[in-house]
Amino acid sequence: MDFANYDPAGAHRSREIISAKIVVGGGFGVGKTTLVGAISEITPLTTEALMTAAGVGIDDPSKVPGKETTTVAMDFGRITMAQDLILYLFGTPGQTRFWFMWDEIIRGAVGAAVLVDTRRITDAFAPLDYFENRNLPYVVALNRFDGAPQYELEEVREALAISPDVPLVSCDARHRESVKQVLVTVVEHAMARLQAEHGRGYPTPVG
Amino acid sequence: MDQRRDPRGALVRPYAVTRGRTEPLQDIALEAVLSSTPTQVAESRFAGHDKYRIATVCEGRAQSLAEIAAYTRMPLGVTRVLVADLVAEGLLTLHTAAPAEGFEERMNLLGRVLSGLREL
Repeated sequence: MDFANYDPAGAHRSREIISAKIVVGGGFGVGKTTLVGAISEITPLTTEALMTAAGVGIDDPSKVPGKETTTVAMDFGRITMAQDLILYLFGTPGQTRFWFMWDEIIRGAVGAAVLVDTRRITDAFAPLDYFENRNLPYVVALNRFDGAPQYELEEVREALAISPDVPLVSCDARHRESVKQVLVTVVEHAMARLQAEHGRGYPTPVG
Repeated sequence: MDQRRDPRGALVRPYAVTRGRTEPLQDIALEAVLSSTPTQVAESRFAGHDKYRIATVCEGRAQSLAEIAAYTRMPLGVTRVLVADLVAEGLLTLHTAAPAEGFEERMNLLGRVLSGLREL
């Protein structure tokens, strides 16, 4: 094929579009997709990544004869903020054995919100461990399920040993205004941390 | 992949459409957006069915790599290989994901995202 007429670096670059993403983490069934759906302009979409047997971890391929690959699904949504600015919200796969996918999802992210269900608080340990060990600003959001025990935020902070410099908020993942507030907290926290690290002369974090 | 929705079903192994290549020509972030012009879409007809579908999805509305994979119902890795090919062939325009370097650029981006959220 002759590409002589193409100018990939030229004409088509005039309207550069920037995209950013915020990650929504948490255990299985904690309401990540509900949260994304409450604010996304599109019905949350699912992207599937194929995992070969080598990456399966605790999956036992012998139990699935003839199946060499399995799929990891991640849900995401989109908010078009301006003609040249799109924000994406990515939910992490719930099952902990898919953590190698989380590394790809958080790469370059603005920050993350880790959702916690107070009825199954121990499910939050593993996701919190993950984010504590990554250089990505994150906040913890308690998803207030109907009928769930209503703990004080500080009780939860203590129970989950959440560091004092990590913002902790309460939310209802079904409600747009509530979700909006969680995302605002994520971005404000990311800005504060960036400002602080800049002041101390640290390099810019990239997730 | 939901094979019931894909008319080719299990007859085509996922990486067959990339002729077995699993490494993209360039890494493309999940959230990096791509767009195509009518001319690019027309030219992509000659690049094969799957690439034509991708170029079509991105016409008129920029789509992220993740959206392209979701709308074409192709696995992410396969989509990334094909999208990187299309960019190299000049049939798709790659836009920048969030600039990771530079304090000013990063703060400026975060500030724009923050006001964008508040205006929702």
